[in-house]
Amino acid sequence: MTTSEQAVLALRDLSVSLPPGGDRPLAVDQVTFSVAREEILCIVGESGSGKSMVAHAIMGLLPEPYVKVAGGSARLNGENLFTMSRARQRAVRGIGMGMIFQEPMTALNPLMRVGEQIEEALKLHSRLDSRGRRARVLELLQDVGLPNPGDLRRSYPFRLSGGQRQRVMIAIALALEPDLLIADEPTTALDVTTQKQILDLIRKVQTACGMGVIFITHDFGVVAEIATSVAVMQHGKCVEYGSADTVLNRPEHPYTRELIAAVPHYIEHREDFTPKGQALLKAEAVRKVFRVGSGFLRRGRELVAADNVSLSIHPGETVGVVGESGSGKSTLGRCIVGLHKADGGRIVFQGTDLVGLSRKRFRPFRKDVQMIFQDPYASLNPRYRVADIISQGPIAFGTPRKQAHARAEELLELVGLDPSAARRFPHEFSGGQRQRISIARALALDPKLLIADEPVSALDVSVQTQVLDLLDDIRHQLGLSMLFITHDLRVAAQVCDTIAVMQTGRIVELGSCRDVFSRPQHEYTRTLLDAIPGQGWEIPKDLRHLRADRARRPRELSQ
Amino acid sequence: MAKIGLFLARRLVKAAIILFFIVLINFALIRAAPGDPASVMAGEAGASDERYVELLRQRFGLDEPLHTQMFIYVTSVFQGDLGYSYRQGRNVSALILERLPATLLLTVTAFVFALAMGVLLGTLAAMKVGRWADTAITTLALISYATPLFWLGLMLILLFSVQLGWLPSFGFESVGAGFTGIDRMLDVAAHMVLPVLTLGLFYMAVYTRLTRSSILEIHDMDFVKTARSKGVTEGKVMVFHVLRNAILPVITFAGFQAGHLIGGSILVETVFAWPGIGRLAFNALLQRDYQVLLGVFVVTSILVLLFNIITDLLYTIVDPRIEVE
Repeated sequence: MTTSEQAVLALRDLSVSLPPGGDRPLAVDQVTFSVAREEILCIVGESGSGKSMVAHAIMGLLPEPYVKVAGGSARLNGENLFTMSRARQRAVRGIGMGMIFQEPMTALNPLMRVGEQIEEALKLHSRLDSRGRRARVLELLQDVGLPNPGDLRRSYPFRLSGGQRQRVMIAIALALEPDLLIADEPTTALDVTTQKQILDLIRKVQTACGMGVIFITHDFGVVAEIATSVAVMQHGKCVEYGSADTVLNRPEHPYTRELIAAVPHYIEHREDFTPKGQALLKAEAVRKVFRVGSGFLRRGRELVAADNVSLSIHPGETVGVVGESGSGKSTLGRCIVGLHKADGGRIVFQGTDLVGLSRKRFRPFRKDVQMIFQDPYASLNPRYRVADIISQGPIAFGTPRKQAHARAEELLELVGLDPSAARRFPHEFSGGQRQRISIARALALDPKLLIADEPVSALDVSVQTQVLDLLDDIRHQLGLSMLFITHDLRVAAQVCDTIAVMQTGRIVELGSCRDVFSRPQHEYTRTLLDAIPGQGWEIPKDLRHLRADRARRPRELSQ
Repeated sequence: MAKIGLFLARRLVKAAIILFFIVLINFALIRAAPGDPASVMAGEAGASDERYVELLRQRFGLDEPLHTQMFIYVTSVFQGDLGYSYRQGRNVSALILERLPATLLLTVTAFVFALAMGVLLGTLAAMKVGRWADTAITTLALISYATPLFWLGLMLILLFSVQLGWLPSFGFESVGAGFTGIDRMLDVAAHMVLPVLTLGLFYMAVYTRLTRSSILEIHDMDFVKTARSKGVTEGKVMVFHVLRNAILPVITFAGFQAGHLIGGSILVETVFAWPGIGRLAFNALLQRDYQVLLGVFVVTSILVLLFNIITDLLYTIVDPRIEVE
């Protein structure tokens, strides 16, 4: 930490006001911090904590006049950003500071070539002629580690992967060598291996240009990986601010402690799972091919989403399927539930092969295999009351309405919600609560197997832990088997007995959770494990017990 | 380039197949309506005795079995022969070609007017969202959107022709005035004002609403923020980042409207006595002049198919994400 004289950015008492009628009058409440050259300040907090608002306020990108700076100052190299003219602000935005956003898929103009988008900043703020600009664009693309800059310059963003787009964003932000780089959750939407590359890149360019960096994230692993100092935000206030070492290893504020305790990690004390009896589900050489872009008079090309996938799930076992986006892990789950029809292989559930069953003959099995989806905001019908959402399945299978509704209330209680929730609509609940409702819905048919497709990846860490604990709890109580699909190895480590690692449609490694984590066999598994951020950091010992406590009282903690 | 050629070839084959079915269905539909042209003509001639009607039927080939008639018609259409109108005593192709320019002049002008005004008003409304200019534009759009065409046409005539006497109320040009050159153009233009307004206002309203909502949607997207974070000026952000993306749905709808350029003007041409295809079709319908009616159908269908292909092609140029494959 440095004094404000040397700081690239000194933020003092920043307040941002929300329009009347919001859930609180101030989105950001008197936040003070500073960033020096070569410093990486991580702002940590959960959704709604106001961490993005701070970044947007500094960049002058708040959606005015609804949300605006209500007080305080932000001095970039001594010059107050909030009092300067609009024209000066624009100039500073290009030259003094650059920003990277969370979602690389939407952060680039889809109709402009990559090169043009980088050049735009140069055109506005530099004196380079067109040849000089082109050279600079190529140099930047090279710097951010993109292959073939010559061709890439002329391609459109849709041709690029998420990681590549994020690199382009970094190139744009770096075009004029700013003193300050603001990165708003730049790796949240990326796969773990890509995340590692982007983190490395940010660190590299930061050292090369001696920039100050504000890095916004909700992931303490990432914080441990790159931060030199940390600010923790809750409800718009900065509750803890200090060096990375202090905040990570000796956190003081209860909220910081809670967040750190919630970081998913491998639990050593859990016993290995020993399969007993017949497998509940056995997938043998499952294959699924999608045909893309086909139509009338056109064949399209084939995309193999799952190839020769075999695994088995025993009663009471949780099998984790881990892989990056596009690895075919969701396709596998959907084939088992019967949402996709597998093109080959066998999926044997309690002795019956589900592949090739007609709709009608498959129907009885729908009861036994239920699915929990990733996005709790999209997976519940907004026009149905919670009671109807939960009881729709049983009613379809012949349970009398009244009985089904009574059962729905029991289930709500089981997942840690008040039974009165049954009469309300999904939009009245938070993300974590909705995911609890989804779980209740899946349980309503007394399934034997749950397919959980990234059930916690849309949730904040603290809520994530609650939902994971709930799933684990219920699974033991009801003796369920579960196929747990996730991209996050840390989450998988926490809940799974067996882990299958998938890469481009194939299972490359299958073994007990302990083995996969301690003695990974396949090269790809090692790459994945290696990419987990913040491995050098261990959750402080005194915080580990916090976790065990919370699992036992889901009701109070349900926010 | 080869890709585009292949795309065109494929689309043309498809279009031909679709056209074949359209012709078949049209033919069947028309024959499903009660009353044949022979009896209508005989009735109009005042000689409705059986033998005369039978004679007429024989002459027009109406006594052949239906499938033979259909076969003959379809083959001749695909050879470019739209048949012969016995009522008018002329070739259908000639009739249609003669009327086509007037209709195209009217509808293309209305199309350009609607598109230009719609995008302009929509952009204005989006930039001033929530303020009085936005309210005024949205209200205007809503009124234009909700008013029936023929009523609007009649009201415009009442106001501008009957009450104020500023503009002519019907026809393509002043009959017998003998204007030439610039004078004639001005005369035709004056005649066009009311029908173009009547025809264009509805689509203008559609484009206004479409542009406005599309801009508002794009305005909050991340790449617009990216542009701002580069320090791009507001005007440039609007034109190069927002509008360029917001225009895409407008193009989709414009392609749709372009397909209606010919067929959609029947009402307006009738109200304003505009000598175009629309009126030709309307009169043919009243007189049961099958050949003309079918001919108009074929021509409008071909235009719809053509405009669809053009829109798709245009889309691949405007939006690099859509490729011709």
